[in-house]
Amino acid sequence: MKKYTYTESKDTRSGFGAGLLEAGRQNEQVVALCADLIGSLKMNDFIKEFPERFFQIGIAEANMMGIAAGLTIGGKIPFTGTFANFSTGRVYDQIRQSIAYSDKNVKICASHAGLTLGEDGATHQILEDIGLMKMLPGMTVINPCDFNQTKAATLALVNHHGPAYLRFGRPVVPNFTPADQTFEIGKAILLNEGTDVTIIATGHLVWEAIQAGEELEKLGINAEIINIHTIKPLDEEAVLKSVTKTGCVVTAEEHNRLGGLGDSIAQLLATKKPTPQEFVAVNDSFGESGKPAQLMEKYGLNAASIVAAARKVITRK
Amino acid sequence: MSADINKLEQTASQVRRDIVRMVHACQSGHPGGSLGCTDYFVALYFYAMKHDPSFNMDGIGEDLFFLSNGHISPVFYSTLARAGYFPVSELSTFRKIDSRLQGHPTTHEGLPGIRIASGSLGQGLSVAIGAAQAKKLNKDNSLVYVLMGDGELQEGQVWEAALYAPHNKMDNIIAAIDYNGAQIDGATEEVLSLGNLRAKWEAFGWDVLEVEQGNDMASVIQGLDEAKSRSGKGKPIMILLHTEMGNGVDFMMGSHKWHGIAPNDEQLASALAQNAETLGDY
Repeated sequence: MKKYTYTESKDTRSGFGAGLLEAGRQNEQVVALCADLIGSLKMNDFIKEFPERFFQIGIAEANMMGIAAGLTIGGKIPFTGTFANFSTGRVYDQIRQSIAYSDKNVKICASHAGLTLGEDGATHQILEDIGLMKMLPGMTVINPCDFNQTKAATLALVNHHGPAYLRFGRPVVPNFTPADQTFEIGKAILLNEGTDVTIIATGHLVWEAIQAGEELEKLGINAEIINIHTIKPLDEEAVLKSVTKTGCVVTAEEHNRLGGLGDSIAQLLATKKPTPQEFVAVNDSFGESGKPAQLMEKYGLNAASIVAAARKVITRK
Repeated sequence: MSADINKLEQTASQVRRDIVRMVHACQSGHPGGSLGCTDYFVALYFYAMKHDPSFNMDGIGEDLFFLSNGHISPVFYSTLARAGYFPVSELSTFRKIDSRLQGHPTTHEGLPGIRIASGSLGQGLSVAIGAAQAKKLNKDNSLVYVLMGDGELQEGQVWEAALYAPHNKMDNIIAAIDYNGAQIDGATEEVLSLGNLRAKWEAFGWDVLEVEQGNDMASVIQGLDEAKSRSGKGKPIMILLHTEMGNGVDFMMGSHKWHGIAPNDEQLASALAQNAETLGDY
């Protein structure tokens, strides 16, 4: 098992904030919008440096999506910022009609996704957003795993034309992605080569997958680990190549098992290469209040759950 | 620029013919609101707006128009075609399979002149604000026009946008409301009363003007001239455009029943007899 180390833990939302600032410096067409959550989205540095390119919308997310769509007409590259729940479910029709169907170059940037939002509870812990966004034709869906990868993904979106959903979160997680790693939209990252089982993870579950790989190694199981940061378009080639070798797969995500990464992988495998699969995901329920780690354990979204799923799926080969 | 009212009225007559013919040909669509807004569309595209039919999505240096109540697509399509955005012959494809003229306007099929999809109501004012913000950032002094239906004002997003525009001094927006008092289920006052619209928009901080005769070309021109003269003065502008649903076709006038149904052969003949062929039918 390849060894992954890190010097510090950071929140992915801060990776977005750092990426947005850099994006603003690299391209003067980049503008940012926020619906009364500047601090939570870590947009302060961008606003300080580019006050005229920032739009405070107030608590009016539908209006924010429409304004973002309009800003693209005139060449701007708008990045909207609010919580994942208010970035998707609350404004689905605005995104569908004014952004996705209209093919507008809007980057929908969503923090506090999933259970790791913690104490605020299920009203804010959206677990359906990946599904909502990936169902929209033409929408790119990205869920990076740590600070460095979120920063790189934010920058990559500047040069990517078309609507995109960038999902990140609140808690600090190990920042193990090299700062100079290029982010290629739609290109999976092979974290560890293995032969017994493929573990495909996204977002906060990527670090859990690495830890699971170390545990599995102790049990004599050699896991191949893939970081799928881009859920749509899916890197089909990387997935098919891996399961051809291992013959079984575990998918891991901080999302409802309906509509998420696991669904995308299952659909791919069902049509191209039927393969036993286990899902580490929330089992079609809402979340609740609690500490992030408590919630991830209670809802089965940690390394231990991935280990259990891997041991189970291997028996189904 | 002085307006040639007679010429504009002739153009409006042809657009009205196009509308009823398009809706009749596919036996679906929305003639009522389209006919009621014909004079406004013609005044915009053949008099008020600085625009280029060769069409560039970004519209730098051009006035832009957004249709929020997308169901009146027939008047939009006819006006765009007559203004040279695409061949008038294409109007015959309206709402048919493989057409760029979808039931509601869309950018998806690449129809020149359309900059945003609309149909799901309440979204156009927000989009217009965004485009107007882009113009300000680009130091582009041209204007952004947007039209909404009055029933559409029942959508909450409109009022989010209504708050935003005055707060941010969006004085390069000229919005208009097709104030015909009717929606699908009946009179707007009966379905969900809008109350005193002028007072509402003024209370939100808009500079409001009324065009009492929205189906009289001279009145519409006068209203647009007035609206333009008020732009650039710190406030977004709202035109309450009093129109008559179905205007120009006697049996459709003043009834919400023609919101979304098509005329039969006999009704088509009657409607065409009331609107002269001035520019040549498609």
